[in-house]
Amino acid sequence: MKGRPQPPMGLLRRLDALARAAFPAVSTALLMVLVSTPVGLPSALPAVTLGCVFFWSVFRPGTMGPPLCFLLGLLQDLLGFAPPGIAVLTLLLTHGLVLRIRRFLARQSFWVVWLVYAGVAAAAAALGFVLQAVLSWRLPALAPALVQFALSAGFYPGVAALLTGMHKAMRRAEDLA
Amino acid sequence: MIRLSIPLRQALARLSMPVLVAAAFGTMLLGKADTVLVERARMTLADALAPIYGVIAEPMGTVRDAVQELRFLAAMREENARLRAENERLHRWQAAALALETENALLRRQLRYVPEGAASFQTARVVADAGGTYARAVLLSLQPGQTPRKGQVALDERGLAGRVSEVGSRSARVLLVTDMNSRIPVVLEGSRSRALMVGTNGERPRLQHWPEGAPPQEGERVVTSAEANVFPAGLPVGMVRWTEGGVAEVELFARLDRLDLLRIFEFGLSGILPPEAVARPEPRARR
Repeated sequence: MKGRPQPPMGLLRRLDALARAAFPAVSTALLMVLVSTPVGLPSALPAVTLGCVFFWSVFRPGTMGPPLCFLLGLLQDLLGFAPPGIAVLTLLLTHGLVLRIRRFLARQSFWVVWLVYAGVAAAAAALGFVLQAVLSWRLPALAPALVQFALSAGFYPGVAALLTGMHKAMRRAEDLA
Repeated sequence: MIRLSIPLRQALARLSMPVLVAAAFGTMLLGKADTVLVERARMTLADALAPIYGVIAEPMGTVRDAVQELRFLAAMREENARLRAENERLHRWQAAALALETENALLRRQLRYVPEGAASFQTARVVADAGGTYARAVLLSLQPGQTPRKGQVALDERGLAGRVSEVGSRSARVLLVTDMNSRIPVVLEGSRSRALMVGTNGERPRLQHWPEGAPPQEGERVVTSAEANVFPAGLPVGMVRWTEGGVAEVELFARLDRLDLLRIFEFGLSGILPPEAVARPEPRARR
C-alpha cells in the first residue's frame, strides 16, 4: 500500500497563504494612507513607510520584494508632494541594503536594529535632500530633512512593536499549518 | 501561472533590483519632464482616497475641537486673571474719580460756579476733501433742517477738527485746523499758559506765541481756550511734540486724514462776527 499523496492545497489554505503573503505590503499601504490624512500635524508619512519597509525587509523579505518597494515608493511620492521618484529610490536602496545585512540583523537585539535603522534613516534623509537639490536645482532648507530623520528614528519603536506582533501572529499561523 | 525554470527565476530576481532602480530614475525624469502627468496621477489618487479621508476626518475633527476647547479654557483662565487685576485697578480709579467729583462739587459750591449749558450738536457726513479757497478743508453734506452757522466748531470723535467757514443750503465747508489760514487760541493744560496754534498745511500745526519762560512741554495736552469767545474752554486738541528742528508742534487727536462724520457744535458763542456785521468806523465828524 502506497502512502497517500499529500492532498492538494485547498482553496481556503491557498487564500490564507495569499493573505499572509500580501499582508505586509497591504498593511503598509493602508498605514500610509492613514498617516497621510490631513490633520494639521507634520507628516509622518516618510517615517512610517521607511520603518515598515525596513522591518519587513529584515524579517520577511519574501513578502516585500523590490517591485512592492517600488509601488510603495510611488504611493508615497503621490501622497506627499515631493518630486516623484525620490521615495521610490530611497525605499529600493533601503531594501537592497537591508537584504545584504539581514542575516546579521535578525540575530541582534532590538537596540542594535534600532541603531542600524537610525543610520539608514539618516542616509535616507540625506539622499532625499541631495535628490531634491539636484531635481529642483536649488538648495532646499535643511530643517525638513532633519525633522524627517528625527521622525523616522523616533517612530521606529512604535512601528516595530506593532509589526512584531503581526509577525509573531503570522509565524504561529504558519507553524500550525 | 507561468512555470519558469529555477535559474531563470534567480536571474530575474537578481535583475529586478537594478531594473527597478533604473525605473526609479526614470520616474524622476518623467516627473521633471511631465509635471501635468504627475499632477493628474496625484489628483486621481486623492480623489480615490477622499472618502477614506472623509471618514477619518470626523473623529480627528472632534479630537482637534476638544484640544482647542481645552486651550481656549486655559486662555480664558489667564484672561480671567488679567481681567480681575484690571477690574481692581479700575475700581481704584473709580474711587479716585468719585473723590475728585465730590471735591469738584464742593469747590464749585464754594465758588458759586455757574455751569455752562450743555452744548447741542448736529452730525454731518464728510463728502469731499479740500476744494475751495483753502488747502485743508472738507465739504459736509447737510440734511434738510440742519442749519449750521459760520464759526461753529467741528469735532470728530476724538478732538477738534476745525471750524465751519462757509454754509450753503445743502452743504457746508469746514476749515480744518491744519490749514495755513487757521489760527486757534489754545491753552497748554499742564502750565495753563496760552498759545496760538497755527496751521501749516502740513499734518501737524505749530504752536506760537507762548508766554516767555513757559515753553510747552513734550507730551503736554493742548486744549482750546475760551479767549476771544470763539471756542469753549477745554475742547481736546492734541499733544505737544517738539520736532528735531526745535519747533513745537501739536499732534492732533482728531484724525484729519480720514474724517467721515463731524459733529458741529453750537456753543452759543459769537466771537466771530460775520463780515457784513462789522461796522466800518465812521469818519469822525470834523468840528
